[in-house]
Amino acid sequence: MSTLELEPSVDTSKMQISDEVAIQIADMNKWFGTFHVLRDIDLTVYRGERIVICGPSGSGKSTLIRCINRLEEHQAGKIVVDGTELNSDLKNVDKVRSEVGMVFQHFNLFPHLTVLENCTLAPIWVRKVPRKEAVERAMHFLEKVKIPEQANKYPGQLSGGQQQRVAIARSLCMMPRIMLFDEPTSALDPEMIKEVLDTMIELAEEGMTMLCVTHEMGFAQAVANRVIFMADGQIVEQNEPKEFFNNPKSERTQQFLSQIIGH
Amino acid sequence: MADYSYVREDMLPEREPPVSEVGIIGWLRENLFSGWFNSILTILSLMFIYMILAAIVPWLWTPTWGAGSLSECREIIADLGKQHGGACYGVITERWQQLLFGFYPDELRWRPILTFLGLFVALGPVLFSDVFPRKVLWFTGAYLFLAPWLMWGGAIWTPLLVAAGPALGYLAYRFLYGVIGNLGAVIVAVLVPILFWLFLVGPISSGLFSVIPLGLEVVESRLFGGFMLSVWIGVVAIAISLVLGVVLALGRQSDLLIVKYLSVGFIEFIRGVPLITLLFVASTLLNIFMPPGTNFDIILRVMIMATLFASAYIAEVVRGGLAALPRGQYEAADALGLDYWKAQRLIILPQALKISIPGIVSTFIGLFKDTTLVSIIGLLDPIGLTGSIRADANWNGIVWELYGFIALLFFLSCFAMSRYSMWLEKKLRKDHH
Ligand SMILES: Nc1ncnc2c1ncn2[C@@H]1O[C@H](COP(=O)(O)OP(=O)(O)OP(=O)(O)O)[C@@H](O)[C@H]1O
Ligand SMILES: [Mg+2]
Repeated sequence: MSTLELEPSVDTSKMQISDEVAIQIADMNKWFGTFHVLRDIDLTVYRGERIVICGPSGSGKSTLIRCINRLEEHQAGKIVVDGTELNSDLKNVDKVRSEVGMVFQHFNLFPHLTVLENCTLAPIWVRKVPRKEAVERAMHFLEKVKIPEQANKYPGQLSGGQQQRVAIARSLCMMPRIMLFDEPTSALDPEMIKEVLDTMIELAEEGMTMLCVTHEMGFAQAVANRVIFMADGQIVEQNEPKEFFNNPKSERTQQFLSQIIGH
Repeated sequence: MADYSYVREDMLPEREPPVSEVGIIGWLRENLFSGWFNSILTILSLMFIYMILAAIVPWLWTPTWGAGSLSECREIIADLGKQHGGACYGVITERWQQLLFGFYPDELRWRPILTFLGLFVALGPVLFSDVFPRKVLWFTGAYLFLAPWLMWGGAIWTPLLVAAGPALGYLAYRFLYGVIGNLGAVIVAVLVPILFWLFLVGPISSGLFSVIPLGLEVVESRLFGGFMLSVWIGVVAIAISLVLGVVLALGRQSDLLIVKYLSVGFIEFIRGVPLITLLFVASTLLNIFMPPGTNFDIILRVMIMATLFASAYIAEVVRGGLAALPRGQYEAADALGLDYWKAQRLIILPQALKISIPGIVSTFIGLFKDTTLVSIIGLLDPIGLTGSIRADANWNGIVWELYGFIALLFFLSCFAMSRYSMWLEKKLRKDHH
């Protein structure tokens, strides 16, 4: 496991959790064919929360957060994002997707478009932002992820860490209220992990609601207000990071933690 | 401070590399004579090439351009004392206009020529998007309707009314969208222009023409012929089949089962039958299905069949391109909130089509050459014309010169397409990486 050298200080002043519900998942179940991948998921996320989801491979972490913007469809139970229920109504799906940003393990940038075009595409075509404004916005976020000078390059010309930061900027350009991260650093070389985590920490400091599947336990300890442990398609345990790491309740969690930390 | 015994103050001038390493000699040595085995191969190949050229060039190099018949050619060749005979170019001097234009009236030939030149202007913004200003696309749009009018002539009202068809379809869509939902509105929007074209354009156009007689002299389809006919059928079929092929490829991947199976059925059926059978259907059977009284032009029918045929192949080529895209591209587009059509247009198709360029161009080249099959159903494309030329008493027995000329025309066109595709691939590769 790669550990994060903790930032000297994470500025927690704006990290406030309101009592407004951002995501409500109730009694949610999902199957892939006959395989019961998510079982009875109940999860309420409040605005401003920073949640880290961890667990062994195949436990359904990706599937869970992909259900939140309906890249996967759930079969039973209820998912409400920002007051909009995810069901077969495509308008709802589009609404949720334009409110929720997602960052993938393999970046999934559009290789035939420049970095800038990657960032302006969705605002222009989905949000109908005028081109000039979209470019300004894109440059703003590219500066934020510290690669404005790469704006006119193609993704294939950037390093993995830079690509992932572009992917984050691309999501932010849609002004999402919630960000989902699916193992954003696991495809990166160690020296690039930090630059991406720094970007994510900055986001957290600004009060973004974040759900993050990651095995970066240093990040979890520094930033998360809640850590969720999943196994076999269920939420086995959740707690604030200090308790979670120092005092895991279930045996399954202890076993998992000893595997990834114990060396 | 360190003490150096010698410090260079001037740079030596660069010297030319030794002669044996550069230039023609260097290149020859490196590529053709590197080692005894290669040298022998080179010499053998050169001898082989010489033998072929020695046989062909004297045959080709024959001053028979002025001959008026095959026997005249033979006299010229006999006078030159050539043992193996020679080419008889008189037939091309005499018939090249016919081979190019068929029986299109002499005094109206400026029309196909203008159409052909217009084609390049219309294609400019499509093929060379960074050289041509985008505004030229308006011309491209107008060209779609003006080109048939230039070729066939008739009232100016016909192309204008035809152009109004899609507009009517769009209006129908806007009007019905709220009433019968998206799918129904789309179906009506497709049907309205087709019905309008089939049943209303003719009467309205002739009505308008009797009031305001603006138009070009009509040239009937049976006068169309020669290479012009091949290009005319080929270009129309290529242009429409690209659009139709992409739609079919998307249909084949669709989640809507009806759309999917219709696409699959169409593609598999069309790919399963030879083009020539489709052309026979066009020449004989199709009229049976048409409402009585509509006389459906034979060239239009052939164009439709050639288009359908090519679109099935294009669909499969494009499907290959679509399948080659990683799933992450679809997911990223979805996650950003792009709907299906926007995702296809902005993200998926540009990449899939780029991958498919070689296959698409191969299909086009194949289609263009296949247009010569129309000679079998009696259209006078260059191949169809050879029959009557060779039946002419003056040119009875001529083969190589005639077919060679036609082959040259096709070769130049296909070679140009092939070069364009290579250029485009290279440009896109450079753009993206
Ligand atoms: N499209 C699919 N069809 C069928 N099974 C799937 C599909 N996607 C995932 N699965 C299965 O569902 C289970 C959970 O997958 P998921 O990707 O959510 O796990 P994960 O916790 O993210 O694992 P990892 O840490 O390896 O990413 C796995 O057993 C996986 O094989
Ligand atoms: Mg995963």
